[in-house]
Amino acid sequence: MIAYLIRRILYAIPILIGVNLLTFALFFVVNTPDDMARMQLGIKRVTPDAIDKWKQQRGYDKPLFINTSSSSAGTFTDTIFWNKSASMFVFDFGYSDDGRSISHEIAKRMGPSLAIALPTFIIGLVVYVSFALLMTLFRGTVLDWAGVALCVLLMSISGLFYIIGGQFLVSKLWHLVPISGYSGGADSFKFVVLPILIGVVGGIGSSSRWYRTIFLDEIGKDYVRTARAKGLSELRVLFTHVLKNAMIPILTGVVVVIPLLFMGSLLTESFFGIPGLGSYTIDAINAQDFSVVRAMVFLGSVLYIAGLILTDISYTVVDPRVRLS
Amino acid sequence: MIFMPVILWSDALVFLLIGAVISAVLHVRKREHLMLPWRRLAHSSVAMVSTLVLSLFLVIGLLDTLHYRVALSQNSSGETVYSSEVLSVFDKLVTPLRTRTEKTYSAPFALHLYAKESMTDAQGNVVRDYPRLQYGGAHLADESQSSLDVMKRIANGGVVGFLLGCLLAWLLSRRVTRAPVLVSLVMLVTLVGASVELATAYHVLGTDKVGQDVLYLSLKSIRTGLIIGTLTTLVTLPLALFLGVAAGYFRGWVDDVIQYVYTVLSSIPSVLLIAAAVLMMQVTIDTHPDWFETSAARADLRLVALCLILGLTSWTGLCRLLRGETLKLREMEYIQAAQAFGVSSMRILSRHIMPNVMHIILIALVMDFSALVLAEAVLSYVGVGVDPSMISFGTMINGARLEMGREPMVWWSLAAAFVFMLVLVLAANLFADAVRDAFDPRLNRTESKA
Repeated sequence: MIAYLIRRILYAIPILIGVNLLTFALFFVVNTPDDMARMQLGIKRVTPDAIDKWKQQRGYDKPLFINTSSSSAGTFTDTIFWNKSASMFVFDFGYSDDGRSISHEIAKRMGPSLAIALPTFIIGLVVYVSFALLMTLFRGTVLDWAGVALCVLLMSISGLFYIIGGQFLVSKLWHLVPISGYSGGADSFKFVVLPILIGVVGGIGSSSRWYRTIFLDEIGKDYVRTARAKGLSELRVLFTHVLKNAMIPILTGVVVVIPLLFMGSLLTESFFGIPGLGSYTIDAINAQDFSVVRAMVFLGSVLYIAGLILTDISYTVVDPRVRLS
Repeated sequence: MIFMPVILWSDALVFLLIGAVISAVLHVRKREHLMLPWRRLAHSSVAMVSTLVLSLFLVIGLLDTLHYRVALSQNSSGETVYSSEVLSVFDKLVTPLRTRTEKTYSAPFALHLYAKESMTDAQGNVVRDYPRLQYGGAHLADESQSSLDVMKRIANGGVVGFLLGCLLAWLLSRRVTRAPVLVSLVMLVTLVGASVELATAYHVLGTDKVGQDVLYLSLKSIRTGLIIGTLTTLVTLPLALFLGVAAGYFRGWVDDVIQYVYTVLSSIPSVLLIAAAVLMMQVTIDTHPDWFETSAARADLRLVALCLILGLTSWTGLCRLLRGETLKLREMEYIQAAQAFGVSSMRILSRHIMPNVMHIILIALVMDFSALVLAEAVLSYVGVGVDPSMISFGTMINGARLEMGREPMVWWSLAAAFVFMLVLVLAANLFADAVRDAFDPRLNRTESKA
């Protein structure tokens, strides 16, 4: 098990190197730092001096890969690639355009992101699985048909409308909770309840439908017939036998997103003014703060790979037949 | 020439796509075994009704793809000068909708502007009141007649549409025998008839901040949504097909390299990867303003680039599926027999493997379509979508979102975008489900067992 984990983590390194090279190519090779400077300073009437100053402030004035003017080790370390890209492996993300440490911001903003994302995830999972089990229980009836129709309808609505509609109904019309905002302490409940609710409702369509397909796949198998032949009630068959056996396909899709919960949701956070990583990313995109976007891309892929490893571990927990070796 | 045809990049790619679809249809028509799933599809009412709705959207989108520039005048050297505004055949058809712009917001069917203005009344006093709209309901002398007039127009247009729909249904009834399809055809044409009659006199869905008709904006958004949903497949398809099949068939180092590439790409959260790529594309476009003759050409290239980026970031899922299927197929007896006969790899791939993975590709492509239409709205909201000057559902929502706080509320742009998107995506989703049911051999078996 430990050996397997170490092997998986080692296997993640070449992938992260690939991600790193890709982002480096995207941010520094597709467009030269000169282009970026010209873009940010305004296209017309920009002096070469201003461009040089912009590049120097950000440390973009060095060569890309090899610094021939520098001494032995500096040949490789005194370059953009070493300072901006390779340093991300030790989670040193440098500074954003407004001069703050990106690593510090990320650490500070993970909390609010989690306060929304984690409850959404857990409540959502329970709701989706229960709804899917209900549809499976009533399979072939009008209820099942109506459930699937509702799911297709719900998944055809853009996520933007769930947020806009929710804010309009709950906050503006009924005045139940504030429209947006966030506070760290105990009274943050009133700020997070609406985003969580909207997050759960927004996912019902696609997730419940997906789980229903998984349950229907399981229900045609032999062990289900055996269980029924033993005289077990349909409810018991569903909840103990089918649910347990459907865990593997469910976990495949679910566990991988757990680490990504730290990243928060772009839309929800920006609509509700929650100072999490999602709104940090959106602000960076709008302000064209390349170093922040680069950092988030790298962080996102690290978390995704962590999710893949977690998924493998979770298999051994739910299915004793799976042995990692 | 009184006009000059303009073929934007996206237009050219759409024509290419149409050509590909036509040749695929010709290929399939001759082969009964390939026609079989399509016949199954034609037997599903849901599939046919959604096809009907989708084809209405497609017609609008296609008309909106034929672009031209109007000739303005001839200069001294005898050369014709063309307007810098790029229009489409669709724009020409709905000229009244496009040109009749008010000053600012107005509600659906409103006779008055949303905002008060200073006016001089009959006695010469200056009063602040809501002025009459320049075009919306301007034909009415008596304002109290408006609801009666609306009813009359709905009835007139509806009856004409209904009769036209019945005629169409009668013409089609020999080929299409399913009642729900014919009924929805009649309903659809009735609706179109009533809206056309209304739209000539009123702003049926209101006007937006700069006074443009929201119905016009909604109809124009259709093309953007369709382009994003379809052109992306032009990038996804070859990448996923060739790399997926090659990885599964050749295995060894080819497989390792391809797997590595798609693992790297798929390990970056897609929104972030798209955002990063679009930001970089923006820098390229903004630093080269001399590349584009018209602003439409710039917005269009941005749209094509967005499709390219979406395609480059979303081929990995399909590629993985195809690799898995090819791994299974290459162990089949008929492939081994072909190998034993000394058939070349290229020929095995094209004759035996590709035809057998086509259903996976088709299902994946129609399933992706609705996701891409929805993604466009979100990306445009985040600021990494289409050009702000391009009319799309995303830019409509984005513009309307900030007006939610106004009193009374400006809700019509959002409602229009919501309804149009819902209909488009719902039809696409239902169609995709029907395609999956008709083409997936595995699903058919489980369905018949259950």
